Amino acid sequence: MLEKQIMIETSGLTKHYGEIVAVDHLDLTIERGEVFGLLGPNGAGKTTTALMLLGLTEPSDGKATIGGHDCTREPIAVKRLVGYLPDSVGFYNDLTGRENLRFTGRLNGLDGKALEEKIDQLLKRVGMAEAADRKAGTYSRGMKQRLGIADVLIKDPAVIIMDEPTLGIDPEGIRELLEIIRSISKEDGRTILISSHQLYQVQQVCDRVGIFVKGSLIACGRIEDLGRQIQMEGGFSLELEALPNDGGLEALLRTQEGVTDVRQEYGHILVESSCDLRSLVTDLAAQNGYALMYLRQRGGDLDEIYRRYFEKAGERHETSRKRKVGGIFTKAIHKQG
Amino acid sequence: MAAFLPKPSTSKDEQVYHQGFFALYRKELADHLDSTRFSLIFILLIMTSGASLFGALGGLSSAVANDNQFIFLKLFATSSSSIPSFVTFMGFLGPLAGLTLGFDAINRERAQGTLHRLAAQPIYRDAIINAKFLAGATVVTLMVFSIGILLSACGLLSTGIAPSAEEIVRIFVFLVFTTVYICFWLGLAIFFSVVSKYAATSALAVIAIWIFFAFFMSLIAGTVADLLFPVNDLISAIGNSARNIECELALNRISPYYLYSEAISTILNPGVRSIGIVTTNQLSGAIVGYLPLGQSLLLVWPHLVGLFALMICAFAASYICFMRQEIRI
Repeated sequence: MLEKQIMIETSGLTKHYGEIVAVDHLDLTIERGEVFGLLGPNGAGKTTTALMLLGLTEPSDGKATIGGHDCTREPIAVKRLVGYLPDSVGFYNDLTGRENLRFTGRLNGLDGKALEEKIDQLLKRVGMAEAADRKAGTYSRGMKQRLGIADVLIKDPAVIIMDEPTLGIDPEGIRELLEIIRSISKEDGRTILISSHQLYQVQQVCDRVGIFVKGSLIACGRIEDLGRQIQMEGGFSLELEALPNDGGLEALLRTQEGVTDVRQEYGHILVESSCDLRSLVTDLAAQNGYALMYLRQRGGDLDEIYRRYFEKAGERHETSRKRKVGGIFTKAIHKQG
Repeated sequence: MAAFLPKPSTSKDEQVYHQGFFALYRKELADHLDSTRFSLIFILLIMTSGASLFGALGGLSSAVANDNQFIFLKLFATSSSSIPSFVTFMGFLGPLAGLTLGFDAINRERAQGTLHRLAAQPIYRDAIINAKFLAGATVVTLMVFSIGILLSACGLLSTGIAPSAEEIVRIFVFLVFTTVYICFWLGLAIFFSVVSKYAATSALAVIAIWIFFAFFMSLIAGTVADLLFPVNDLISAIGNSARNIECELALNRISPYYLYSEAISTILNPGVRSIGIVTTNQLSGAIVGYLPLGQSLLLVWPHLVGLFALMICAFAASYICFMRQEIRI
């Protein structure tokens, strides 16, 4: 790729709904061709941000530009550049999938043979060619989502904003969807902004992520960098499982140097320490007749990144929301894990 | 709001915008013409007009015996003992047509989840509501004129009397009135589809207003006029009766239904010379005759302006509400 070019930029973007601050001075820069994940719990202001970027909601303060166009002042120029996939994408139920796409194409100034060819090509690309002539009312959620991607691609956008694209889709559907997202990013070189609370799935396709809580971005960067940062600050966490699970190993670990905490979590033993314990634990287990069933250093994954950042955010906000947010996330992670 | 800002700066933007607006208009029009409810309301209107024509043909001979001019117009305005005239039917069923075409215009898009997607296309937000109203108005115009022409043709075939040029113009004006009248109800229906979340709520609201204006407004107007200008005894009757009637008339004319009925009976009956109070003094020495077309039009001009203003108000209210609403609600 040539020189890095900024595609989406917000500075001090703020939105109030009465007393409530939905988005609080958001500064965000996304480069051309990047896949950026805006991750945060429900109600963090992700959808509001997306709507402000599209010029569909007026910011209370601050400014957003896409491709150099002001999102509030030049909505048409922005909307020609940006494709938006809303979280619960809907289609006209009494039209077929193909007719729905044709309508969107016409709204974007396409017509005739060029449009028909494009529709065929896109339907094939998202794997909807067989169902194209069925009424959209009969589609499943996953099919609607795929048709939604075709619908977004029909205007050939440089930027795509997806709001919770993986919500309510089965694992196989999610895998296919992520495959499509990856291909439109890598093959077509489009810039993609994904907002989601489903950490694992989004992690797989994102170049960079921003963690968004209560309207502000509390961390932003590559996933590895965030993980490393956490390790530097908070030391090491080791997950392990050993047989027999009689508590003996835990007691033993507590006595080791550098160990700050040992506890049970979701059937694992979690060991927090200030140094890397992996070789020590293996030796210790072998010497004392325990069979290690599972051993993993935490830190490089979103699970940990989230937990840490939400803890930090909670400390900063000093509200009761901290527990709630943590609760939602651990639950979501647990289900998926 | 984004849409209140200047129109697109580059010509490419403008071109896409116009194409987009036209695409939206075309889709709305196709949706209306394809829909079952349009077919239902159209069939209902055709059947009632057929019935009214049948009734008019039955009552025609006695009507002609009284007055043998403008026979063709009588096909529209004459009622038999059992079947109301075409004009009456239009007054009652017109609102239903407007309601049918507009009551779920916006909240259906919301319920289907298509409004977000639509608003994210390169069109201004007002294009959505403009296209919806314009498509609805087009369908109303098509419907009213096709029924009017159909009825004229049937009348022509069954009576064998050709309409005069003046009659044709009067029928045309009548159809224009009907179109504006139904478009008012369309605007009102769209307004409720913007402000209420569910299509059922908006439909009920419009039906309630329709029933109120069609049946209860005259009762209320009478009661209020009697309260303000009582005519219980002879003395108060002498002083108040003119003002009582004027007050009742003024209140009644708030109702689009009354406004429409009054205007239509004037335009389709050249014998109507005045629509206010006429004292016996003013009548003495008057020669019975027909009003020329120009004078009839002059008489109903305020009605047309009033109906048009009501229609614009209904649409403006829905436009403003829609533009100020958060798109995500």
